Amino acid sequence: MMKDFSTTAPPLEVHDLTVAYDRRPVLYGVDLTVPAGSLTGIIGPNGAGKSTLLKAVLGLLPLSAGWVKIFGGTLAQNARRTGYVPQRESVDWDFPVNVMDVVLMGRYGHLPPGRRPGRADREIARACLDQVQMLPLAKRQIGNLSGGQRQRVFLARALAQESDLYFMDEPFAGVDAATEAAIINLLREMKARGKTVVVVHHDLSTARDYFDRLVLLNMRLVAAGPTAEVFTPELLQKTYGGRLTILSDVVQSLGEEP
Amino acid sequence: MTGFVPAFEWQRVMVQPWTEDFMVSFWIVVMGFFVAATCGLVGTYLLLRRMALVGDAISHSILFGLVVAFMIFRSGGTTVMFVAAVATGLLTVGIIEFIHRQSRVKTDAAICIAFTTLFAAGVVLLSLAEMKGPVHLDAECVLYGEIAFVPLDPAVEIFGLTLGPAPVVRIAGVLVGLLVLVAVFYKELLVTSFDPALARSLGLRTGIWHYGLMAVLSIVIVSVFEAVGAILAVAMLVVPPMFAAQLSDRLPVRFVLVFLHAALSSLLGYQVSVWLNCSPAGAMVVVGALLFLLAWAVMRPRRAVLPDPTVHA
Repeated sequence: MMKDFSTTAPPLEVHDLTVAYDRRPVLYGVDLTVPAGSLTGIIGPNGAGKSTLLKAVLGLLPLSAGWVKIFGGTLAQNARRTGYVPQRESVDWDFPVNVMDVVLMGRYGHLPPGRRPGRADREIARACLDQVQMLPLAKRQIGNLSGGQRQRVFLARALAQESDLYFMDEPFAGVDAATEAAIINLLREMKARGKTVVVVHHDLSTARDYFDRLVLLNMRLVAAGPTAEVFTPELLQKTYGGRLTILSDVVQSLGEEP
Repeated sequence: MTGFVPAFEWQRVMVQPWTEDFMVSFWIVVMGFFVAATCGLVGTYLLLRRMALVGDAISHSILFGLVVAFMIFRSGGTTVMFVAAVATGLLTVGIIEFIHRQSRVKTDAAICIAFTTLFAAGVVLLSLAEMKGPVHLDAECVLYGEIAFVPLDPAVEIFGLTLGPAPVVRIAGVLVGLLVLVAVFYKELLVTSFDPALARSLGLRTGIWHYGLMAVLSIVIVSVFEAVGAILAVAMLVVPPMFAAQLSDRLPVRFVLVFLHAALSSLLGYQVSVWLNCSPAGAMVVVGALLFLLAWAVMRPRRAVLPDPTVHA
């Protein structure tokens, strides 16, 4: 499916997005445009509203104000083009399904009500599992997987959705080094295929290497743009406030580089 | 002890029910099987969604709906019963969510407030209704049901074919309907139960699936109500899926195990009730719970061997 992105709307456009929990605002007036084919990281301190931003964009939380456009339309119109990787802890891993069952859920958006995944869907699911080196574990019950393996299952499920725009909530949290490397390879491969990926990320030390664009968030949008432009000591300071201890290493390394 | 527990006489316990009272024994066991299988099937989804308490709630609040429907329509026909059940079930869930959202009351407390209030209102209305004339509901039946009366119900005939007592035919119809729904909407039920956030991002309206399941649950509960009552219905919702969960990590296999559990607990439970001369529904639940304990004890060593993969993560 070839799409001419130069004439179509951006994958994600957010205007004046405001979200409140119990009338207490957690995100104010966020304006954001994510260009097609970019690999965007959302960074900010704990409680900055990073996951909230994703959930609001996906319609999982009600908006107090503002609007969200996905490919210039509503999420419902573009549900099939939008993939989502929730946080691993958001599901019950004792659920009576195996790895293949979970990856096949990625195909559900392509099937009409009442239709079960068929042979073609299984082939796609197998190929996606292979891409994250999980094919040998296809029949394993999901409770018997390590944290990294669980994350790979979620990624394979996202790949099976065959979407153009992906939202991932902390995919690097609590995974082993091998999985981390596998995930970043996968993200780059997706970008190379013209996919747009938006990732909530908590690790400042890797953010600069992993993403070509960054969104700096702390309840308000601090900055958004190409990594080279926004990953600066001043803007990071502004995002993370007085928490210099976390920042000192990063800021120092920024200063040392030519 | 000898005077307390009746002696196990083979002839009286195992043979006579099937030679002298065959039709009575047959319909009680068949009813027990349908009740446990239907409840277990819908209960499997309740447990996966961590909503077992909501089953408890609806099984009690349904009394309110039945009494109100009886007072309005002066009849206890199947349609009236089903409509009343669905309305009360959705009302209960709606009240629970309203209390939870509008106040700081946690869900478990909200559930208790909602269903006990509706149940109490049902008890009060039942007394009022009884003053005006005979009501075929009574407090004892509401709590325990009476599966032994099921064979006495007039048989249902369709196209000249005698099918069986009305409650059995009704629950069999509900079971078939439920099986069709589970088969057709298997993937929607699976993804909305496992990962509601993904389901919503796929464009599924999780709220509709939630309320749909609650409506089906209400119909199941009202169909088993007169056989096993409000309290044992909860056991039937929870025990068969718990038994299945001990033995398998695959959802389709669990459904088969639910049916196996339903068959074993209704047959063995009935024999125990003949032996001890006690309530058949109560004996079925006790036997069902013992089967669960057995499955748990058998599978426990195997589970303990597997290391918890989340520990090092």
